[in-house]
Amino acid sequence: MTLALTLEQLLNGIQFGVMLFLMASGLTLIFGVMGLINLAHGSLYMVGAFVCAYVTGITGSFWLGLLAGALGAAIMGVIVEVLVIRRLYQRDHLDQVLATFALILILSEGTALVFGSQPLWLDIPSVLKGSIELGSVVYPVYRILIIIVGVLVALGLYLLISRTRIGMKIRAGENDREMIGALGVNISVLYTFVFAVGAALAGLAGSLVGALQSVEVGMGEPVLILAFVVIVIGGIGSIKGALIGAMLVGIVDTLGRVLLPSFFQWFMEPSAAASVGSALASMLIYLLMAIILAIKPKGLFPAND
Amino acid sequence: MKKIVIGVVVTAAIVASVAALVMKGGGYKLTDVLNESPTKIGMITTLSGGGSHLGIDVRDGFMLATEMANANLEVIIRDDARKPDIAKSLANELIQKDKVDILTGIIWSNLAMAVVPPTVRGGTFYLSPNAGPSALAGKACHENYFNVAWQNNNLHEAMGHFMKAEGLQKPFILAPNYPAGTDALTGFKSRFGKAEGEIFTKLGQKDYAAEIAQIRASNADSVFFFLPGGMGIAFMKQYASSGIELPVFGPAFSFDEIILGAVGNSAIGVKNTSQWAYDLDNPANEKFVKAFRAKYDRTPTLYASQGYDTANLILSAIKKASPSDKDAFRSALESADFDSVRGSFKFGSNHHPIQNIYVREVVAGNGKKPTNKLVGVAISDLQDAYVSQCAL
Repeated sequence: MTLALTLEQLLNGIQFGVMLFLMASGLTLIFGVMGLINLAHGSLYMVGAFVCAYVTGITGSFWLGLLAGALGAAIMGVIVEVLVIRRLYQRDHLDQVLATFALILILSEGTALVFGSQPLWLDIPSVLKGSIELGSVVYPVYRILIIIVGVLVALGLYLLISRTRIGMKIRAGENDREMIGALGVNISVLYTFVFAVGAALAGLAGSLVGALQSVEVGMGEPVLILAFVVIVIGGIGSIKGALIGAMLVGIVDTLGRVLLPSFFQWFMEPSAAASVGSALASMLIYLLMAIILAIKPKGLFPAND
Repeated sequence: MKKIVIGVVVTAAIVASVAALVMKGGGYKLTDVLNESPTKIGMITTLSGGGSHLGIDVRDGFMLATEMANANLEVIIRDDARKPDIAKSLANELIQKDKVDILTGIIWSNLAMAVVPPTVRGGTFYLSPNAGPSALAGKACHENYFNVAWQNNNLHEAMGHFMKAEGLQKPFILAPNYPAGTDALTGFKSRFGKAEGEIFTKLGQKDYAAEIAQIRASNADSVFFFLPGGMGIAFMKQYASSGIELPVFGPAFSFDEIILGAVGNSAIGVKNTSQWAYDLDNPANEKFVKAFRAKYDRTPTLYASQGYDTANLILSAIKKASPSDKDAFRSALESADFDSVRGSFKFGSNHHPIQNIYVREVVAGNGKKPTNKLVGVAISDLQDAYVSQCAL
């Protein structure tokens, strides 16, 4: 494999990681602050993608669609939080899993009811089509945009949490819920806000990825599983852990898919190697998770240790 | 505490993955009673969840034919939600409780393998409007089983043949790592020979950056892929913006009219193989496409044509014999005495079609959606490779 191809695959891994980070950061934020396991996070990703495709179809502007996708998911997040999630904070994790699982079913069927069960059309805007040359590597412009958006979101979250008053309350909420309530902070508004931010990030990820992949019912669940792997690896509740975990998963998965089949070709015939290699590659991130948990049972960067 | 949480999270992830599978259940019933003591047909097909547009089109094509013929049929339609266990229990219910004469409708090969063998052994006729697993064409063929669509390998074989005839030498081929995917690449290579590069992707994979980079770095002169449903939509969009100019080929499954609507103009120029095209020039097809558009306000896909042909085959056989007279009805089906929208149509000894496979090209449509245009014949009178293994 040439150096250019290796670099391109590395970029692909980073881009995949950034996409996972957008999902995982919301998930881990919601868990860290509210102690809530939200299985419906993937559904918010789907809602974002559908709203984005719909608005882009009407207005013809992908940028408006992107904004609407993130806002739509945030609004859906607020509705869900007020109606259902709010009642779950004091409950057991298994109750939360059951209730948010029900939300997956309701949101999927609801989306199919509103938009139909056929995949929607959403495409990359023409300015971002095509590729540019970075040294010896030719790389699609749109994927570079995704990387940039991910870096900006990471930076934004860092500033929000470490430098603003709301961030201070979020950190305080993570450490001691009763105390921050006793100090006069309206905890339920804070929770709704955090949930909306997480939902908006999921909606943004869904919109960005929807243009690249396909917008269809059930698109969120495979991503949700990967996002859980990311936060378990990174340490549950930690944004920094989510960032590192997402990069690890993205790069390991991408390079595994490329390298393993060619590795097996050294001593197997090509079609058997392709089949064995790709089967093993799809297990790789779960092996990674198992190894990391064996060494560091709380993940790489456990929150409030 | 943290250990428990990790346990719960892992459980949650498993539950979520099951969620994707358990998502849809239920079904509904549509009875169409026109006269007394009609022939009863059970249709088990996929009407909800991923890939439901295939089942919906098979159903709509089938019902259109029965309505146009104003036939004395009762069709009981059930939704299998793409799950083998649901399909199997629906089949038992239709055969034992509703006592149907004929069963049809299944889209997916894994569901067909669960339902078809016990059904036909029990003496009920099964006519497949879509799935054509190799086992049912070869060793496990049965006198009561008819496939009206194609054997699974057919469209891929035809594309291998066509690309070779076009003078292409180094195709890069990819398919998901599951039985129909390996069959696809086997079928392709059986006619083409060795490929320049070969990749099996994860089933359900949506990001193809790594594969596209490998295609770019290879010496390939063309790309052949079999990625049904949402996978194909994702691949085509990403391939189009990658800047690679190699021509793309594939079976019709990734380029039906509904998928083209979601892919958009990225697919323009792609050649695909199909046993049918909506612009195929014959009177039966003209009548079908016109009636389908008038009734459902969309262009039919190949799945709709398969449903329509299946219904017309049944209707032609009912005219000759009653399904209760099994031997007479079977030979009426074998004679395939109906006007297929594919033009010429006949069964081989294993009850699978011997038919032309055509090449279509995706061109810009008059709306924002691109569409397929018939450009030629890939291979004439193709018979499946498994017929010699069938004892019939």
